[in-house]
Amino acid sequence: MASKKSEEAQPTDEAQNEHDRLLSQLVAHLRDNREHLREQWTGRITGARLLSAMTPEEIFSEATSIYDNYVEVLETGSTDALQHYARDLSERIIPRGVETEDVLNIVLLLRDVLARSLFEKYREDFDLLNQVLDAYEPAANRIANMVAVSFVQERERVIRDQQEAIRELSTPVLQVRERLLILPIIGILDAPRARQLTEQLLKAIRAHRAKVVVIDITGVPDVDQEVANGLVQTVDASKLMGAAVIITGLSAEIAETLVTIGVDLSKMDTVGDLQEGIEEAERLLGYPTVRIDDGRR
Amino acid sequence: MAGVDLPEQEPLRVSILAQRAYLIASIHTALDDEHFERFQHDLIDQIGHRRARGVIIDVAALDVLDSFGSRTLRDLGQVARLRGAETVVVGIQPEVAFAMVKFGITLDSMYTALDLEEGLSLLDQLGSSGTELRRSRI
Repeated sequence: MASKKSEEAQPTDEAQNEHDRLLSQLVAHLRDNREHLREQWTGRITGARLLSAMTPEEIFSEATSIYDNYVEVLETGSTDALQHYARDLSERIIPRGVETEDVLNIVLLLRDVLARSLFEKYREDFDLLNQVLDAYEPAANRIANMVAVSFVQERERVIRDQQEAIRELSTPVLQVRERLLILPIIGILDAPRARQLTEQLLKAIRAHRAKVVVIDITGVPDVDQEVANGLVQTVDASKLMGAAVIITGLSAEIAETLVTIGVDLSKMDTVGDLQEGIEEAERLLGYPTVRIDDGRR
Repeated sequence: MAGVDLPEQEPLRVSILAQRAYLIASIHTALDDEHFERFQHDLIDQIGHRRARGVIIDVAALDVLDSFGSRTLRDLGQVARLRGAETVVVGIQPEVAFAMVKFGITLDSMYTALDLEEGLSLLDQLGSSGTELRRSRI
């Protein structure tokens, strides 16, 4: 430890050269023992029951590419290559349903396997081993750290993409009859979504020249103050554009909640379910729905 | 050039046209407070003059309708009603409608319709139900 500290305090050219020399020696060692170390590593992966979702062949090929990349990053030490490697790894592994914990464990296992092989190689010369580990440890830890971070980032990116997709998919504005739109809302309604929904609806009102809109919230699990106010705003804005809004599918719980939190829904036209809503809308538009009794006619 | 000495003409901000028993007022550019008041005055004048039974105010060209503007419209609607005409505001753009509800600006007690055509048919409806009401009273 003492030697490491002094080295960090005064990173002289000499020390840097020595560090580089050791690292390249180390990399050469890892390259020479590639087969053996990789086997040891995959053995430990299966021993720890990691990657149980993959076949042994898949594990082997993944391990090979991870190993080669790992050694390469260790050699060049460039953060670009490191980031690229980590991103590539997470992109490949996340779709297979591998947990973050597993990935981190695998990378840490590889670090341990390689460290042990260094112990074995340099056990005769304790000082040299210390120096080699000084070169090896920071590089290896940086890789593990970077892999973990990029794995989390990739996860978050996937989640963001999915949220976006859900958001786009789940707010269709449908025309069921001339001048009649229905807007079935499914899923959690938060403030940004309510806002986006209102914007979409207003544009659709203009595009379809709608006079009546039926908003069905059967698929909304919960309504709070904010969402209720959002609904009131949607109704008001639609009215400004000359369209009447009918809200359907208010469940008993939601109706109770709304009354409890004291949202003023007096301006809203609410009916029980979508069917009634459409019937009401047709009445407003002057399309009376009459059942033709085919027994008599 | 001959036109150099001519006084600079102010662009037409509001036009008021008569159509059957209705007045159609189109606002072409954003109005400041003074313009709004003058517009209100002109329009109410014309309602009495032409014995209009309905007024349509087209705001399609406006990309903002602030609290003053909407209050003026509301007042205008109330005065027009006192003089026997219903008022319909038409052509509120989606963005404008959204901004208005977000800032809590409402046009309560006023009729709104999508565009001029809708506004006219709404006035027709109001007119026919109105006459029915009057007839039933007699």
